[in-house]
Amino acid sequence: MTPKKFDYAPAPESRSVVSLQPSYGLFVNGEFVDGHGASFKSINPATEEPLAEVAAADASDVDAAVRAARTAYTRVWSRMPGSERAKYVYRIARIMQERARELAVLETLDNGKPIKESRDVDVPTAAAHFFYHAGWADKLEHAGLGPDPRSLGVAGQVIPWNFPLLMLAWKIAPALATGNTVVLKPAETTPLTALLFAEICQQADLPPGVVNIVTGAGDTGRALVEHDGVDKVAFTGSTEVGKAIARAVAGTRKRVTLELGGKAANIVFDDAPIDQAVEGVVNGIFFNQGHVCCAGSRLLVQESVADEVVRRLQRRMSTLRLGDPLDKNTDIGAINSAEQLDRIVELTAAGEADGGTRWSPPCELPDRGFWFAPTVFTDVSQTDRIATEEIFGPVLSVLTFRTPQEAVAKANNTPYGLSAGVWTEKGSRSLWMADQLRAGVVWANTFNRFDPTSPFGGYKESGYGREGGVHGLAAYLADGEGDL
Amino acid sequence: MLGVSALTNAALTTWLHGLPGVDQVGCEARAAALGTRSVKTTAKAWAIDTAISMIDLTTLEGADTEGKVRSLCAKAARPDPLDPSTPHVAAVCVYNDMVGVAKDALAGTDIHVAAVATAFPSGRASLPVKLLDTSDAVAAGADEIDMVIDRGAFLSGRYRDVFDEIVAVKEACGEAHLKVILETGELVTYDNVRRASWLAMLAGADFIKTSTGKVQPAATLPVTLIMLEAVRDWRELTGEMVGVKPAGGIRTTKDAVKYLVMVSEVAGDDWLDPDWFRFGASSLLGDLQLQRQKLATGAYSGPDYVTID
Repeated sequence: MTPKKFDYAPAPESRSVVSLQPSYGLFVNGEFVDGHGASFKSINPATEEPLAEVAAADASDVDAAVRAARTAYTRVWSRMPGSERAKYVYRIARIMQERARELAVLETLDNGKPIKESRDVDVPTAAAHFFYHAGWADKLEHAGLGPDPRSLGVAGQVIPWNFPLLMLAWKIAPALATGNTVVLKPAETTPLTALLFAEICQQADLPPGVVNIVTGAGDTGRALVEHDGVDKVAFTGSTEVGKAIARAVAGTRKRVTLELGGKAANIVFDDAPIDQAVEGVVNGIFFNQGHVCCAGSRLLVQESVADEVVRRLQRRMSTLRLGDPLDKNTDIGAINSAEQLDRIVELTAAGEADGGTRWSPPCELPDRGFWFAPTVFTDVSQTDRIATEEIFGPVLSVLTFRTPQEAVAKANNTPYGLSAGVWTEKGSRSLWMADQLRAGVVWANTFNRFDPTSPFGGYKESGYGREGGVHGLAAYLADGEGDL
Repeated sequence: MLGVSALTNAALTTWLHGLPGVDQVGCEARAAALGTRSVKTTAKAWAIDTAISMIDLTTLEGADTEGKVRSLCAKAARPDPLDPSTPHVAAVCVYNDMVGVAKDALAGTDIHVAAVATAFPSGRASLPVKLLDTSDAVAAGADEIDMVIDRGAFLSGRYRDVFDEIVAVKEACGEAHLKVILETGELVTYDNVRRASWLAMLAGADFIKTSTGKVQPAATLPVTLIMLEAVRDWRELTGEMVGVKPAGGIRTTKDAVKYLVMVSEVAGDDWLDPDWFRFGASSLLGDLQLQRQKLATGAYSGPDYVTID
């Protein structure tokens, strides 16, 4: 027998389920049309191979999309009984399930995330959002948001590159269920699953104009957000862009929800179920290469168990498999873009310069593509840049605390407030912590769990408004508390 | 660490209850995630042969006969007569009275004979009977003793009694290796599984084993995960390695591969060796052979192309 070592042979998912077209247009009024901006390429971040040429929408294209959405809204969608809208939303969910493998492979090609995550998390959760909201479409008067909640009109939605399809679902599903029509701009590095979703809308016979997809970069997004015909702006992305959007819509009648950055604390007490806590820390920061706004990027660990937790964490990190995202055994895929990789490199260098101790498991990075090894920093102070700025990469900072009060104080000592995790066997302490932590989501003995029935959103610079659950419906209804 | 001279039940209780808790949801999620590793081609071939070499081929029936045991031993030594490259199994596991027969049938091979002693499977007998059962098996030539712990004593918090019994049986084993069966299906909680694992290791177990195979649920991935974490942590604490043996209900190659993945990723590759990991199984070997033939020929044969025992 060969030496004692379990080497998993490559187990790549087949690309053949995806038929990539050489070029894609915009999706306006139910049809694919050419854009008037300079087209751009979407590349596979794992190999730098160009995947397709994508049209860019200029202001006139955005205008056409908004007008198509307006017409569809006034003539068809807002007049349709909720029970009829539900059928369309439900049908979309079913088609997403049927085409799940195709969506997962395309998502992995375009984004660089491991196939096991796109297959087991992104696509099923995206479909779940459509299923969940389909159920609400004819029951809105029972949602506790007033006797006759009304749709807002045309929603302009701008989504990020970390969960392209899932964020699309978070935006489009509640908008359609509540009777709004949408113009959505996917991120310029990950537009392809949104365009496949446009095909799904066609397949579902969704009335033309109800969903419009405009591709492009920041200018396209700005044109959409600033367009007079937009009644509601929904944005997920960086705090910097979120602030610009808030400025742009200030003083207008537009409703806004913003879901922005985070620097979440994952708090481990000395009585925590330690192996599961380590697992939760790994899941909290290395899931999706750390490209998660609610990632648990600050590990706050009680001093009495800090060494043990870090030792166990490092051992666990040594079993993470980095490489080909299409391989079913890959745990860590590629960084989404060269720009993002540069930012991670810059911030980790600052982490070392600030006196942090950097550690990564022995890890061979592929020659091509954008890669960053899973990294943990110990000896980090609350004032260090890596402990305060959002890195959006597989980089964990370890800080310690001595008492629950100190844990709360450190966890809340951030401009952000999106999520937090608490690991303890003591139920009373979990509840006390959840009460004290200024974060939109507090997970107890778990991390990074998403469910369409549960509202998601942040405090402070993590944005405003909620997505998911009844709170998420309110953000798309006139009689509801749209701006929480 | 725990001076035996000062060992009281209270001290043992405090110590075992001071072990970190197990979060059930997280533990089961981790086990399920490890079960999704995709093991193909060369890795699968390696895993199949490794799994075969780790099997304790077992017959524990009231109806066991000499003929049945001899037949099992023949299969253990040469699982596939058509393909001599198939590795032999690690051991044959039988009731006490069959140890001599098995020993005789396996003469000239390096396959071990394991005996289930200590009033298997219930363990409901007095200590002298259990010790006699053990020394009887050792005298008949058993290389390995699979003992059951007193679950009644464990569940009522008499950890010291369980500890003392393991120590006594270990002494009666002499040179033979001691596998301590926790019967995790009767311990029910993962916290209990973790405590029982540590208790057995403190008392000198060479192996910790999930089940007798007579109680459902028998071996499961989450329970084995807890036990692998325990032996890993034990080595970190003491430098000593202890083996792990899931037993009961592991029937397919797919299942066996999941266990090997768990061994590799939780305890480490050092445990990927018949000295440190075993499968207690009676029907697993047949499926491993079928999958082995499939890899060699590219086609599935059928159940009639492997011997039943």
